[in-house]
Amino acid sequence: MTKVTMTVNGKSVSAEVEGRTLLSAFLREGLALTGTHIGCDTTQCGACTVHVDGKAVKSCAVFALDVEGADVRTIEGMANADGSLSVIQQSFQDHHGLQCGFCTPGMVMASAALLADNPKPTEAEVRHHLEGNICRCTGYHNIVKAVLAASGQDVPAVAAE
Amino acid sequence: MFNFDFVKPSSIADAVAAMAQTGAQALSGGQTLTPTMKQRLASPSVLVSLTGIAEMKGVCLGADGLSIGGATTHATVAAEAGAYYPALADLAANIGDPMVRNRGTIGGSVANNDPAACYPSAVLASGATVVTNKRKIAADDYFVGMFSTALDEGEFITGVTFPVPEKAAYVKFNQPASRFALTGVFVAKYASGVRVAVTGASNNGVFRWAEAEAALSANFSASAVEGLTVSAADLITDLHGTAAYRANLVKVLTKRAVAGAK
Repeated sequence: MTKVTMTVNGKSVSAEVEGRTLLSAFLREGLALTGTHIGCDTTQCGACTVHVDGKAVKSCAVFALDVEGADVRTIEGMANADGSLSVIQQSFQDHHGLQCGFCTPGMVMASAALLADNPKPTEAEVRHHLEGNICRCTGYHNIVKAVLAASGQDVPAVAAE
Repeated sequence: MFNFDFVKPSSIADAVAAMAQTGAQALSGGQTLTPTMKQRLASPSVLVSLTGIAEMKGVCLGADGLSIGGATTHATVAAEAGAYYPALADLAANIGDPMVRNRGTIGGSVANNDPAACYPSAVLASGATVVTNKRKIAADDYFVGMFSTALDEGEFITGVTFPVPEKAAYVKFNQPASRFALTGVFVAKYASGVRVAVTGASNNGVFRWAEAEAALSANFSASAVEGLTVSAADLITDLHGTAAYRANLVKVLTKRAVAGAK
C-alpha cells in the first residue's frame, strides 16, 4: 500500500491505496463519491468521466497513484456553493437531457470541459466532443440541446424530430 | 486485475533504472494498457509510469524536424503541432475521444503498435525517427508486425522526430464503436518523393503502399492511383469488413488524402 494525496472537489484527501487502485475506485469506494459511475469499465462509455487538473479523463483508466498531487473534480463538485444546480446541470434537467441518468455524471463532466474550452460550440462540435460518452437510452438529441442551452445559445430543432 | 508495484520516476534516468526490474512494464497514458490489465492479458509486477517525466513532454521544431516527446498527449499534439505539421495535428485531434486524447500519448501508441491505431501511419509515412532511451530507430525498421516493434526489453520511447513534409493528409474510415481506424491512410509529400502508409488494413500492421508512392511521386494527384489495385491477400477480414472491402478502402482513402493534402 502506498499513500496518495490529491485534491478532490476542493478538499485535500489522502489514503493508502494499492498500485492497481483505479481513480474511479478511489473516488467511489475510498471517498464514497458514488456519483462517478462505472458503466463499462473498459474505457469506452465515459460514465466515469472526471476532471484531472481541468482535463476530462475516464477515471476507470487512470491509476490513483498516477494522479498524486492532482486537482480532481467530480460530479459532486459541480453544483453551486449554495447547493443549487450549476448551469449545465440545470440545463440537463430543463431539456430532459437524461432518461435513466446513468451516463449523466459523465455527460455533465464532459460537457463542462467542452464549454470551458469552447464557450459557444456548434451542434456538430458538441456531438464530436461527446463521442466518448455513451447514453444507452440513446437520449442524445436532448443531451445536445442541453449543452447548447447551457452555452447560452438558442436550441435548434433537431433533424430527427 | 492483479496487483503490482507502481512507480512514477521524474527523469529518464530513473525510468531506465525502474524498467530494469524483473516484470517491469512502462505505462504511458494507459488508455490501452489499463483495460488490457483488467482483462489479465498483461500482468506486470512493476508498472513504471512515464507521465511524470518533463523531458519527455512537448512539441519542438528543430533541425531534424518536429520532435514530440514520448509522453506528450494526443490533445497537446492536436493543440501545438498544427503550426508546423497540420496533418499530424489533425490526426491527433481525431484519435478516440476527448478523454482518451487527454491521457493517451504518442509514445504509448507507437510502442503498442495496434494494427488499427492512427499514429503508426504518420510515423511510417513521414519516415520519422523513433527515439528511445537506448537509440534512434528509423520508422522503416521500427514496425515489425501486428503489436510488434523493434523495441527491446526495458526500452521505451522518449520521443518521435518527424521530418516536415511539403504537404500531407491523414484520412481514416472510423470504426464507429471503437473509434479506431477500420482503415486509415497517411500520405506525405516530400521533395525526395511521396510516402503512403496504411493502418487498420493489414494482418501485419501498418505498411507502405509502394505502387501508390511511385505513382504519386511522378504525379501528385488523386487520378495517379486510379489504375492501381491493392492486393487483399494479407489484409484483415473481420465482422466489420472483408479484406476486399479494406483493399478498396485503401485506394479510396489514398485518393481523398491526396486531394485534401495541405
